[in-house]
Amino acid sequence: MIEFHLDERSGVSPYQQIVQQVRNALRLGMLRIGDRLPTVKEVVAQLAINPNTVLKAYRELEHEGLVSAKQGVGTFVTQTLADTSLAAHGPLRQDLQRWLTKARRAGLDDESIEALFLATFRTAAQEDIA
Amino acid sequence: MIWLTWRQFRLQAVVVLTAVLLIGFVLLLTGPGLLHSYQVNKSSFLDQLEFQQWNKRLYIVGLVALYAAPPVIGAFWGAPLIARELEAGTHRLVWTQSISRRKWLLTKLGLTGAAAVVATGLLSLAVSRWSDPVDDAVAAGQSGSFVPRLWPSVFAARGIVPIGYTAFAFALGVAIGLLVRRSLVGVAITLAVVIAVQIFTPMVLRPHLITPAKASAVVTTENMRGLQIQGSPTSPLVKGLEVELGRPGDWKLSDQTVNAAGKVQKSLPAWFGACAPPPPGAEDSKEPRQSLDACFQRLASEGYRQQISYVPANRFWDLQWRETGVFVALAFLLAGFSFWRIRRDLT
Amino acid sequence: MNTVLQAQGLGKKYGRRWALSDCTLDVPAGRVVGLVGPNGAGKSTLLHLAVGMLTPTSGSITVLGEAAGTSQRAKVGFVAQDTPTYNRMSVADHLRLGARLNPGWDESIATKRIERLGLDLKQRAGRLSGGQRAQLALTLGISKRPELLVLDEPVAALDPLARREFLQDLMEAVAEQELSVVLSSHLVSDVERSCDFLIVLVDSRVQVSGEIETLLATHYRISGPRRDEKSLPSAQHVISASHTDRQSTLVIRTEQPILDPAWTVSRLSLEDLVLAYMGRTSAPEQNNHRPVLEVQR
Repeated sequence: MIEFHLDERSGVSPYQQIVQQVRNALRLGMLRIGDRLPTVKEVVAQLAINPNTVLKAYRELEHEGLVSAKQGVGTFVTQTLADTSLAAHGPLRQDLQRWLTKARRAGLDDESIEALFLATFRTAAQEDIA
Repeated sequence: MIWLTWRQFRLQAVVVLTAVLLIGFVLLLTGPGLLHSYQVNKSSFLDQLEFQQWNKRLYIVGLVALYAAPPVIGAFWGAPLIARELEAGTHRLVWTQSISRRKWLLTKLGLTGAAAVVATGLLSLAVSRWSDPVDDAVAAGQSGSFVPRLWPSVFAARGIVPIGYTAFAFALGVAIGLLVRRSLVGVAITLAVVIAVQIFTPMVLRPHLITPAKASAVVTTENMRGLQIQGSPTSPLVKGLEVELGRPGDWKLSDQTVNAAGKVQKSLPAWFGACAPPPPGAEDSKEPRQSLDACFQRLASEGYRQQISYVPANRFWDLQWRETGVFVALAFLLAGFSFWRIRRDLT
Repeated sequence: MNTVLQAQGLGKKYGRRWALSDCTLDVPAGRVVGLVGPNGAGKSTLLHLAVGMLTPTSGSITVLGEAAGTSQRAKVGFVAQDTPTYNRMSVADHLRLGARLNPGWDESIATKRIERLGLDLKQRAGRLSGGQRAQLALTLGISKRPELLVLDEPVAALDPLARREFLQDLMEAVAEQELSVVLSSHLVSDVERSCDFLIVLVDSRVQVSGEIETLLATHYRISGPRRDEKSLPSAQHVISASHTDRQSTLVIRTEQPILDPAWTVSRLSLEDLVLAYMGRTSAPEQNNHRPVLEVQR
């Protein structure tokens, strides 16, 4: 069983934070297939958040095929993210490192690198939504 | 709601009911002794009573308790009834349960009001029964320091009038509390208003509730009970006379001197000044009694007489019912006001 | 979906002052509604109208399909500001009060809650801490099994821990019972986690209302070279604007994507969104005098 926590300053909505935390736990192997997620009531009682928020997060996870809800029993993990993504981490990190070196050579300091990265990231994310 | 009413009210109820029961118990214990004394002593009963310190005190206690009941109940049961809720904000708790405000007020007003009426009724019953021998003896003309039950100082401490007063005082307290929304202020105002009503009713209201009987009498030294003198001792002016009709239980409302033409006199003729008894301490050679006799004869021959209006002793219960009716009606009006007010916005 | 609260041109006047004016609202059932605004904005007035403690001066308010303050009293729970309780009555007495005055009273909810809170049944309510008193009032509100629970600044007087515990319990009740909630607060942070519907009330008027998610998805802060607000596309509504001689920063509401590349677009937090609406109301008179909204994390 995992426990959720909310970061109110992150700017990420509570439901997305729950989704991300489940995904992270799956990625890092903290949740395995067959594990039960905390019930809506448990999450609500712990975080003082709206039950609809939790329901929505669980629905999204279900939609992605990561968990499945069994009526009256709970929500269970049906798939794990650990193997596929962990394998991809290495090459991606190398790419990033190369890009960072390039940026430094071009004269960007840490702050500019971060700003550029975030701006690009957000624009890309928005284009995805749009 | 009945339970809640009782739960909130029980402390005040216990205090007042304990006092009532205590007084009732003592009166119940001593009552038979007093009645026995009346039956044995007959016409010397009141003279005997002068030596019974305990019974004299109990007589006073009964009067005081019945005069205290309406202001106390009005102020301490009535005024906080709603004011306390408004003050603490608990009306917002109780009015948002599933019960309507009307039913809430009806239960509180009904139960507490009924308790007030019952408590005062019991107290009045005990005091009236206990005092019966005294009142009878006074009505029979025995002399002493006691006054007839129709007189202002006793009337509202006998029979059913205390119930009417209490109902009125209670409803008044509730309405005042609802208006001022402060328990303590409500208590103070209610006390003041109820006491003022108790003081002014015998003067302002009671004489108008019943048509008084009329009588006229020629003044003699026998029936003369007093005269009112004004001016200097050397030339006194007699402003008025008072006579006794020989009906000891009556309540005299007015006693005026009229002349032969039947016109009310503001003062007696100037010559009557000489008839007035000398001021105390001044030596006088003349025998005043003889001169007073002559004066009264001259008065009578000139056509002067006393015109008296009074409430006869046998109208006691008529007056009791009427006064009670007036105050019960006022109580209902005030309760109606409270119901009207509570339907409107109160936050 | 059913409507739990509906107001049409609702107004309430105290003497010559309008505490609430021209309020039109439509709140669907099953939501946890946050009613935010500065102190004195008219939040309590609106809630008191909803539970029938007040009658409207103008317009109408419908709660659960009926005019407020009528027979639906049993279906609406109310936790008043400062959570009043009878000081001289015990916790058990309060539960008994609830049981006697509410036909739908659920004794098991009440006793379970009191037990879990660790309240002594014999304790007088006057001796409870603020948090415990609030919890007792909440217990009364929940145990009558209402369809709508209205709470007027329930946590304003509580310390952060008690505040969190109260909201946890409230949310748990929402999860357990099918319950719509309207909750007022002058703190956005109270509302942020627990509510999914927002009403912003400033200066006796409703500034904005809607699903929080929709609100967050349709509001943006855009900044770029200085330009006139009027040159924006008609689908973009300006909520607040500030200009320097070179730059313009706007908060806008739009359902459509922002295509103009001159703008740097960013999302708003709920608090920024609320603040934008608050600033707007006082803008016509004095721009520097903003209603005070406390921010507490």
